[in-house]
Amino acid sequence: MTGLLTIVIVALLGIAIWQLTKIFDLTQSKYQPGQEYLSEVATDKDNNINGYLMFGFLAFIYILTIYCCVKWGYMPLLSDSASEHGKDVDTLMWITLGVIFFVQTVTQFLLHYFAFAYRGNKGRKAVFYADNDKLEFIWTIIPVIVLSGLILYGLWVWNGIMNYDEEEEVLYVEVYAKQFGWDFRYGGDDNVLGKANVRFIEGINVVGVDMSDPNAQDDVMSKELRLPVGKKVVMKMRSQDVLHSAYFPHFRAQMNTVPGMVTQFIMTPSVTTAEMRERENIVDKVNKINDVRQKRSKELALKGEEALAPYAFDYVLLCNKICGRSHYNMQAKVIVETPEEFESWLKEQPRLGKQVADEKAPEAAPEVEIEVLTPDTEIVVDSTAIVAQIIK
Amino acid sequence: MSALGHDLTHDHAHDHHHKETFITKYIFSTDHKMIAKQFLITGVIMGVIGIVMSLLFRIQIAWPEESFRIFSWLLGDEFAPGGVMRNDIYLALVTIHGTIMVFFVLTAGLSGTFSNLLIPLQLGARDMASGFINMLSYWIFFISCVIMLSSLFVESGPASAGWTIYPPLSAVPEAIPGSGTGMTLWLISMALFIAQSLMGSLNYVVTILNLRTKGMTMTRMPLTIWALFVTAIVGIVSFPVLLSAALLLIMDRSFGTSFFLSDIYIAGEVLHYQGGSPVLFEHLFWFLGHPEVYLVILPAMGITSEVISANARKPIFGYRAMITSLLAIAFLSTIVWGHHMFVSGMNPFLGSVFTFTTLLIAIPSAVKAFNYITTLWKGNLQMNTSMLFSIGFVSTFIAGGLTGIILGDSTLDINVHDTYFVVAHFHLVMGISALYGMFAGIYHWYPKMFGRMMNKNLGYIHFWVTAVCAYGVFLPMHFIGMAGLPRRYYTNSAFPMFDDMVDVNIIITMFALVGASFQILFLWNFFYSMFYGKKAPQNPWRATTLEWTTPVEHIHGNWPGEIPEVHRWPYDYSKPGYEEDFVPQTTPLREGEKDGGHH
Repeated sequence: MTGLLTIVIVALLGIAIWQLTKIFDLTQSKYQPGQEYLSEVATDKDNNINGYLMFGFLAFIYILTIYCCVKWGYMPLLSDSASEHGKDVDTLMWITLGVIFFVQTVTQFLLHYFAFAYRGNKGRKAVFYADNDKLEFIWTIIPVIVLSGLILYGLWVWNGIMNYDEEEEVLYVEVYAKQFGWDFRYGGDDNVLGKANVRFIEGINVVGVDMSDPNAQDDVMSKELRLPVGKKVVMKMRSQDVLHSAYFPHFRAQMNTVPGMVTQFIMTPSVTTAEMRERENIVDKVNKINDVRQKRSKELALKGEEALAPYAFDYVLLCNKICGRSHYNMQAKVIVETPEEFESWLKEQPRLGKQVADEKAPEAAPEVEIEVLTPDTEIVVDSTAIVAQIIK
Repeated sequence: MSALGHDLTHDHAHDHHHKETFITKYIFSTDHKMIAKQFLITGVIMGVIGIVMSLLFRIQIAWPEESFRIFSWLLGDEFAPGGVMRNDIYLALVTIHGTIMVFFVLTAGLSGTFSNLLIPLQLGARDMASGFINMLSYWIFFISCVIMLSSLFVESGPASAGWTIYPPLSAVPEAIPGSGTGMTLWLISMALFIAQSLMGSLNYVVTILNLRTKGMTMTRMPLTIWALFVTAIVGIVSFPVLLSAALLLIMDRSFGTSFFLSDIYIAGEVLHYQGGSPVLFEHLFWFLGHPEVYLVILPAMGITSEVISANARKPIFGYRAMITSLLAIAFLSTIVWGHHMFVSGMNPFLGSVFTFTTLLIAIPSAVKAFNYITTLWKGNLQMNTSMLFSIGFVSTFIAGGLTGIILGDSTLDINVHDTYFVVAHFHLVMGISALYGMFAGIYHWYPKMFGRMMNKNLGYIHFWVTAVCAYGVFLPMHFIGMAGLPRRYYTNSAFPMFDDMVDVNIIITMFALVGASFQILFLWNFFYSMFYGKKAPQNPWRATTLEWTTPVEHIHGNWPGEIPEVHRWPYDYSKPGYEEDFVPQTTPLREGEKDGGHH
């Protein structure tokens, strides 16, 4: 039935266009034999109409731009950055956007205004004006100056982001990507990450840490990325299978993870999750999102489906490089907390050396209660120290 | 030059003794005008397929995971069980849409068509330097189209790794089903495509350098020819690199080498690859991939320069500056590929270098934009459809080009890389702009190609709806990009932080649906006018260039008798001292008259 209807609609559409063509033909039969083609060449009337439409189109572009700015103008990528370098990035972004908006407004105006103002007219002849070295020099040199400024500023920020002082005290974290999830590894007490390769992946050792490396014993695995506020973090990134990209929009941070290679990104988180949740902009945005979700939940309820959970702000890590069928849902939570909270959390975590040993030889340490680590499980702490001693 | 030209004249006389059959005239034709039409019609068909694909995934992203009849019809129960699009098929559609539009429509369909049509006609040549290679080039293109389309019917699905086919995703079938047979067909199709592109480009370069008629010096060539010439050279420089990348990828996929792969653990086991690097592939890919966007946009620039000048009845402003900026853009385009890789893990110092070279491109681009605008100033604008599309081209080229300043800056790219901001940027600056260039070319040279006029009013409706919808789609898209939404997501519902952007996606899809459906008007106009359009005269737009001195009916060898001689540059519109507002290139200079924009 639907098929038949579609055929009918398509057929009707065809007839409509055909009729349209015919009407256009009939209205244009005033030309001399041999000159009929003139009906398909723009006349003064066409020039007029299209000239005015050009002017109208200019208005359309401006109105659309303004509408978009008003409606969706609060962009988390432009304000409330959560990292120290983010402020510089945002400043550069605002300056660049300013330049872009200015040039866009002026040039679009000139283009469409000229199209309107000089619309063709039989009585007029165009001005023969083919060259002007001075003008061309001006509009070569102005972009040169503006762009030099942007390039220099950009490179200064870029170098600040990409390099760090090796002497500085930093926190090392491994960000590990795989289809379709993230794992994080901390250096533990010594803040040194053990060596790793995918060939060592086995059981609980999901990121392939080389357990023969002494530095690896106290490594800590996590499913969430927890970071202390105000401390420089060097994120060492690896991938297990295909390219992924670790994208932290709130922190103005992104780096691809590449199988067979370690990439890195350095940042200093500057706002804790708790603080960010209280920012006015964020509160507004969260409310807006929850309104949308409530509306959607009502629709779902009518269909008898489960309602959506209310949204609370959290920093997220997204995958931003096409990586397979569930690319759209490869995410992890990022938590920024005070250094004290972070330290105590890290201390409570089980050490990888112990976890692997437990998994391999449960009978070797019968007195210890074995707990299988899953992302959401709270870890039993006391046993850690005991096993660490056993290993020593 | 004269020797070759002479030979061709001879061939031409000789040809008349042969009786042309349907096959030699319409199928295996060596005539450049017929080959141009073949490229155009194939390009239009591929364009329809590519655009329909984009509508399908736009519907999915606006109303995620809902069931649509149209999915069942077009994709079948395998790819859209119960009318819900499968998530890997979403990626497949995105991939094939990109591939088809970039290569098959905007490279072959645009420069293939207009290089073939205009190079001999505007230069005063009987045909291309090698008609046979030209024919071969089309038929290899045709085969590559067939292979690409056949990959849509493979059981595991077509290639799904994005049009950039980064390994390991494109190399390991365990990573995504489309990397099985679908990817193999993609690679074979592209290898053939590159072969045909090289054949065509070499032919264009040789023809332009050797077969210009008497008086047609390089500085008297129309800007279309300059643009097509530079395009062909850029193609020859960069396409072979993609071919080698494709061959190495085939080796990795099928013969166990490790050029691009290393340390991969997938589906529970470690693969044998060791020592390769996906970043190497990215370098090789973008060494073509970036110049590729200029292969797409340069012909459009050439076409619109010509169309704007002819319809403004005014010389193009800064002819020499236009050529210089073409050359500058072409040169720079080969040393900026790294701006696609700021966050790929390559050395940050390289990032600085590529930022510098990339932002340099803005300078010749700005010169071009200002020259276009100045050409309109104090003109006598004839608002033919081709002119509207050319003005539209300048508008979208500026709007899209400006955001390139953000993406080309390594610092800012960190945050908007691979978001919808990028999608909006390149669709405006190379997608829509090049498409407008193509439409401008079609409307302008249709009388030359088919001997008939296209309907004017249908053309106007086509332009205005397309123009409104193009901005309606891509302007709001910048804003979802700025909100941090990554591209190539099957649905945005997995992240509540994007929930307030749902309405943007719906608006975009609406504009896309309306805009695309009005292309039917164009298709109608295009095919209907071929048979029922008003008969075209020799020079309907009163233009100066040589192609309008050929007879309306196509003949082998283009001009009956002698090839006309050229005496002046191609932009003598509204020249003082002449009664008509155009002086054809074949008109001899008067005594004391200066050539080339001076008077």
